[in-house]
Amino acid sequence: MKRVAICAVAQHRIESDIWYKRFQGMLLDVLEDLQKQTGFTFGENGVFDIVSCSDDFFDARTISNNGVCDAIGGHYRGEDKMAQEGLNGIGYAMALILSGHDDLVYLPGHCKESQAESRNMNANLAYDPFYCRCLGLDYLNAAGLQARAYMQKAKITEEQLAKIVVRARQWAARNPYANETKQLEIGDVMYSPMLCDPIRTLHAYPVSDGAVGLLLASEERAYEFTDNPVWITGFGNCMDSYFLGDRDLSVSFALKKAAAQAYKMAGITSPAKKVDLVELMDCYAYQQPMWLEGLGLCEDGQGGRFLDENGPARYNVNLSGGMLTGRPLMIGGLYGAAEAVLQLKGQAGEHQASDVNCAVVHSTTGGAGQFQTVLVLER
Amino acid sequence: MAIRREDTADCFVMPGKMVLPVQYFAGRVGSKFIISLRDDKKILGVKCPKCDKVYAPPREFCEKDLAKLDENWVELGNEGIITNYTIVNYNDRHLPLKAPYILALIKVDGADTPFAHIVSGIDPDQVTIGMRVKAVFAEKTTNTILDIAHFVPVID
Repeated sequence: MKRVAICAVAQHRIESDIWYKRFQGMLLDVLEDLQKQTGFTFGENGVFDIVSCSDDFFDARTISNNGVCDAIGGHYRGEDKMAQEGLNGIGYAMALILSGHDDLVYLPGHCKESQAESRNMNANLAYDPFYCRCLGLDYLNAAGLQARAYMQKAKITEEQLAKIVVRARQWAARNPYANETKQLEIGDVMYSPMLCDPIRTLHAYPVSDGAVGLLLASEERAYEFTDNPVWITGFGNCMDSYFLGDRDLSVSFALKKAAAQAYKMAGITSPAKKVDLVELMDCYAYQQPMWLEGLGLCEDGQGGRFLDENGPARYNVNLSGGMLTGRPLMIGGLYGAAEAVLQLKGQAGEHQASDVNCAVVHSTTGGAGQFQTVLVLER
Repeated sequence: MAIRREDTADCFVMPGKMVLPVQYFAGRVGSKFIISLRDDKKILGVKCPKCDKVYAPPREFCEKDLAKLDENWVELGNEGIITNYTIVNYNDRHLPLKAPYILALIKVDGADTPFAHIVSGIDPDQVTIGMRVKAVFAEKTTNTILDIAHFVPVID
């Protein structure tokens, strides 16, 4: 099969309130960085199609890509918007290249959660007005319901959740693009105020603004832009039921399906043996072991034991700090992909892991992980 | 990417608000469900003729086999059990109550799927999974599932 490469990535530093910079300006910085790294251009023999990722409600305008097209090279050529978490844009860009429609795709994404008075209010508008929205459902309280179901099943303790957050902050301190790097003690997390029982304030990711960009190319063209391309070897996604009550919230059915699809494409029969590094979209601490179960790296319902056996360290999970230390919702996975690419290229600096040959990137959107996406990258 | 300090002299942020009046068809299934709550104080579900699953709230199609459900109405109980819950401990404009309040998944008698609703009449610390609750119907209709105002514990 033909292969698709990620040639290079550029990340804007994530902060909780980049009020002083328009997201267009953030995207321009990302583009300039990427062009400097690779020398790619637009037009003849350059990028003709752009896959952008943004969200109407966070940008406070519909057809949100229209607000950034000039800053991403999207005028005078093809531009498609991924109205989903950005990792799905990689799947779409991959398909554009595999189909022969394109041989080079630029993929930028942006999201300033701080533009909304409350990101939970934005999420509330993702629910229908008759059955869910009027009850105040949002992604936080949906996660609260899931946290209780999962923690009970996988025997997750408060101390284990606290250790996840403490570890995330330790790694974030080594990542120049990470948002929240303040170091914590286990007790700080365990006794932080209850936010949405059993989710505590420090179990939740901080409000985050950011922008990220990737350059994808066909195998034939990849070496024009980099000496060490990273290959997309697997991709899959899956949508679970909408109503929370229709689902067993203690298991991620959708993630298992998405992972199975991605592993099949990558020819991976035993992910536990093959995967060296994982970038997870863990918006809340309980999600780290839960998503690792879904990815087949932890046995079903054994999250608690897995944490005690230092499973996250064994699989190099979120050496960037991950979503827990702050990434914008709609590009949480896209940042994860950028980090995994740096790791596979050996360019992750102070948080570089050794001998990374195969990385798995995960993202999710919707209430309690309704929609799940998995990307497999290899060098 | 070089991280630089931005010049913020004479810069401002504009406050805004997205206001968009809309109308939204409840659907034949949704209309019947809500009218039943409003006028008859009865909770209705639908049963899939293929997989026998009883859905609450009702919907037109079964998501598993795409069978039509809207002619297979089932009257459900006004009581049920809490299968899961969270205590909402933050305040926000979109929330129907001040914190703390109990947001629960409630499986009413006769249904296979629990649905989300509010549990009141009990201290949030006292709520448990498996607790039996009953619907309290709203005095004023809102044409939503809030025509059940909330659920309260059943006291034996």
